[in-house]
Amino acid sequence: MRGLQLSLNQTQKVRLQRALEKLESLSSKPNSNASVIVADSIPVNHEDGLLKGHGTSEVNGEVVATVCGVVERVNKLVYVRSLRARYKPEVGDIIVGRVIEVAPKRWRVEINYSHDAVLMLSSMNLPDGIQRRRTALDELNMRTIFEENDVICAEVRGFQHDGLHLQARSQKYGKLGRGQMLTVPPYLVKRRKQHFHNLEKYGIDLILGCNGFIWVGEHVEVTDDMVVDQVSNSEQQSAKADKKILSPEEQERSYTPQETRENICRTANAIRVLSTLGFNITVEVIMDTVELSISLKQQVPIHEMLGAEFYVLVAEKEAARRSLTKKK
Amino acid sequence: MEFVSPEGLRLDGRRPMEMRQIRAEIGVVAKADGSAMFEMGNTKVVAAVYGPREVQNRSQQLNANALVRCEYTMANFSTGDRMRKPKGDRRSTEISLVIRQTMEECILTNLMPRSQIDIFVQVLQADGGTRSACINAATLALADAGIPMRDIVTSCSAGYLNSTPLLDLNYIEDSAGGTDVTLGIMPKLDKVTLLQMDAKLSLDTFENVMQLAIEGCKAVADYIREILLENTKQLQYRRGT
Repeated sequence: MRGLQLSLNQTQKVRLQRALEKLESLSSKPNSNASVIVADSIPVNHEDGLLKGHGTSEVNGEVVATVCGVVERVNKLVYVRSLRARYKPEVGDIIVGRVIEVAPKRWRVEINYSHDAVLMLSSMNLPDGIQRRRTALDELNMRTIFEENDVICAEVRGFQHDGLHLQARSQKYGKLGRGQMLTVPPYLVKRRKQHFHNLEKYGIDLILGCNGFIWVGEHVEVTDDMVVDQVSNSEQQSAKADKKILSPEEQERSYTPQETRENICRTANAIRVLSTLGFNITVEVIMDTVELSISLKQQVPIHEMLGAEFYVLVAEKEAARRSLTKKK
Repeated sequence: MEFVSPEGLRLDGRRPMEMRQIRAEIGVVAKADGSAMFEMGNTKVVAAVYGPREVQNRSQQLNANALVRCEYTMANFSTGDRMRKPKGDRRSTEISLVIRQTMEECILTNLMPRSQIDIFVQVLQADGGTRSACINAATLALADAGIPMRDIVTSCSAGYLNSTPLLDLNYIEDSAGGTDVTLGIMPKLDKVTLLQMDAKLSLDTFENVMQLAIEGCKAVADYIREILLENTKQLQYRRGT
């Protein structure tokens, strides 16, 4: 079985097998034979026009798949949606990435796409929140914003002549700190309205990047100091100057309580389990999994969440959950 | 030496036209974009595919196509006599090149311009036919990585010993000094992408041996397709809707 290298005992093997069989039976819809593999011919009706989409090609008048995946039909369009593949960006996607290079006026960001993305200095808000032209000084100070290996969150702006461009024009985007970045296959993350989640119960932030990079970190208040008038701004600055020495409050802010750290690890491990099992990753499922680990008679310790028993439990839970939603 | 006994059995008990047992597994390298393990009898290889990704060496970047790279290595423990081979010896350079050319032919490189695809194959156990096993593993890994391909490539070897065509030679038969034909085909398109032969054969016997190798490739193809379909279905139903 893919990616699962666990030492299951006999009962666990049987239970996992049964849960997976249940999942299989639940998904058996009339179009379940839509999965194709490379070089499978796709049955089409040639008479009523045909548009060949991604993942298809024509060989001797036959439409043939070029990737493994699921055949999708939209009116005349026939395409194959590949499952395991690198991320394909769409405009407006929220993504998490890692800065790999600071170049003139731009950062290069690794986002699990076939090329590196570009975040221009001009397409992000400056920390002072003022709208103005970017000067040479700003360019020199780029490393104070993002450095190499920083994890950042941004939005896909679109394709320009020199590649994929990102933008970060709001306070919710930007550098991420005090947390973990996880990598999951991008097909497990669905595009939704909401990709930023604040789990108040645990005091953590969860960002499900469309590119399969997931951020779990301590909750930070989004302060939109874009519209601060000049006077109060200068006041603040003078106030800041007074507090050069770290006050106890600020010290506390730079410290993450252990409870929050544990919650971050617990959530991160829940996501790891889900991605290894190949289940869809949404906030609801993640939260269910975290709660499952807490609510058990003996709370599952964080490090044991990656053990065989918890995998089996998650698989059983998922099977139960899907059968419930199906009945509704 | 007698490679086919009067009863028509080979050294390892197979019939002349019998293949060794094949086994494949997808997703053995967690970090890679696509990976697979392929076994033909005692030969065991692992392939990992990374990409399409940004070209590492800018001067090699191709503006219309993807750059395909391949690296073949043999684990030190893969053969009976443990030898420390220098990286990039002639044999592995040659096999790397052969695998690269074979896979490049089936990948639709024009769909991924200015990017790079890396294929790494490593032999864990060598018992003849590593070339074929590597190509089969690479095909599986590429399909797992979701890289668009014209067709799958499958490969199998055949030989001619004791005036009998033999399918899928093992190490002893391979080193016997007879003819060894390694063939790679695209079964759907019915095209040959790789044909290597050492030593000579008369045209008539060559045709027989080649036909045998084609049959072998087709058998491998059937198995690979089965594995891929099973894998795709699993991924789909596990994800749910």
